[in-house]
Amino acid sequence: MDMEKLRHGTELIKRGFAKMQKGGVIMDVTNKEQARIAEEAGAVAVMALQAVPADIRKEGGVARMADPEIIKSIIDEVTIPVMAKTRIGHFVEAEILQAIGVDMVDESEVLTPADEMYHIDKTGFTIPFVCGARNLGEALRRINEGAAMIRTKGEAGTGDVKEAVRHTKQITGEIRALASKNKEELIKAAREMEAPIELVVETAKLQRLPVVNFAAGGIATPADAAMMMQLGVDGIFVGSGIFKSENPEKMAKSIVEAVNNYDKPEMLAEISKGIGNPMKGVDTATIPESEILQTRGW
Amino acid sequence: MTIAVIAIQGNVEEHIHALKEAMQKQKLDEKVVPVKHKGIIPYCDGIVLPGGESTTLCRLMKHEGIDIEIIDAAKQNKPILATCAGLISLAKSGGKQAQKTKQHLLGIMDIEVDRNTFGRQGDSFEVPIHISFLNTPYNAVFIRAPKIVRVGKNVEVIARFGEDIVGAKQQNIIGLAFHPELTDDLRIHQYYLQLVQENTG
Repeated sequence: MDMEKLRHGTELIKRGFAKMQKGGVIMDVTNKEQARIAEEAGAVAVMALQAVPADIRKEGGVARMADPEIIKSIIDEVTIPVMAKTRIGHFVEAEILQAIGVDMVDESEVLTPADEMYHIDKTGFTIPFVCGARNLGEALRRINEGAAMIRTKGEAGTGDVKEAVRHTKQITGEIRALASKNKEELIKAAREMEAPIELVVETAKLQRLPVVNFAAGGIATPADAAMMMQLGVDGIFVGSGIFKSENPEKMAKSIVEAVNNYDKPEMLAEISKGIGNPMKGVDTATIPESEILQTRGW
Repeated sequence: MTIAVIAIQGNVEEHIHALKEAMQKQKLDEKVVPVKHKGIIPYCDGIVLPGGESTTLCRLMKHEGIDIEIIDAAKQNKPILATCAGLISLAKSGGKQAQKTKQHLLGIMDIEVDRNTFGRQGDSFEVPIHISFLNTPYNAVFIRAPKIVRVGKNVEVIARFGEDIVGAKQQNIIGLAFHPELTDDLRIHQYYLQLVQENTG
């Protein structure tokens, strides 16, 4: 064996990590007890947070990276990967998260952005990043900055799935539209969506994003999760939907099972029975524009 | 012949793609089917267990009732290729981490594994290693990988990283701590297909 050829943090390793999450559910947790519930329910990873998005929304103020002590206690509690959120552009929060052993960083619009011009240069990190997107151009800009995974932004903390549906259909529709374009039309499309031509050409050829693509933002029931899977995403993030529901244990297990049976309505009917009330939530159409999270970042 | 790829979670498409490419190279025209539910494995000639999160994989294989079908297939000596989380799920013992999560291991391979043995994602790595049945090194991708800490007397060590055992073979079962499905090098999938061919004869 040639130790000189040992390499860490390559694109293959970062994107490979994201691929391990496919077909899985990643759950927001705020303490180690919740992390244990998530792991036992079959979550593929947990997202360690100071507060779930629904509470961040309620409390207002500046939302920042979680206390490293909370994140560390969650890391020590579970065997599955632990992710954590950094503010958009806050590269030092991301460095801290990397230093304490977080497996993936979410550069997230749920927290208050730290930079209104630039997202983090993610290529310089050893650990992989996931970033939110509302359309194909945004997704490809994030991938160009080094994101190893994309998720829809949806509208976090609402329990209203319509924005995640909108963003998923927007991205898949734009990818489908690339299929019929010739070289010069692809160059024009790249210019219009403000994305690098190489990534546009690759996406047109693959007919999917070049990295793993999850749904996030407003998913609150097994049926929501199954619908997002049927729309073609690779997996699901559930934020407030688990621990703001009446029975988090049951809700967590049911959403995991729903993702594994997303195209089987009879199974989904069984899975959805008697699991208690989902989070109450809020219709995104009634939220004032200043409180919308998905428009953070570009 | 038909090969079942356990499609509960993880690197399913990558394994299907690699198997199909390898078949094309060997001019085999066979079937690869993703399997999520019971009732299909008994009709397959080989099983591939992909990488993913082993806690999730083990829990859902039991829930779906395909754990018993895989154990039966192993008893019939059908070739199995298991990578990373797949390797963990086949082991007799999964060490401390598996005990902590009360992980339901299939116990098909007489080995003990240690999960996340090389550290967290930041410690994940790729490195060329020697594999017993290949002539030249293979670029092995280790992602939060396990290692094998004990092998039974019927288990052959086929790959090491330094001193650590990262690949083992027990009759027709190949278990790897790394991810051959993430690279374009098809030699391991080709070797596995040969095992299936010889077995179905």
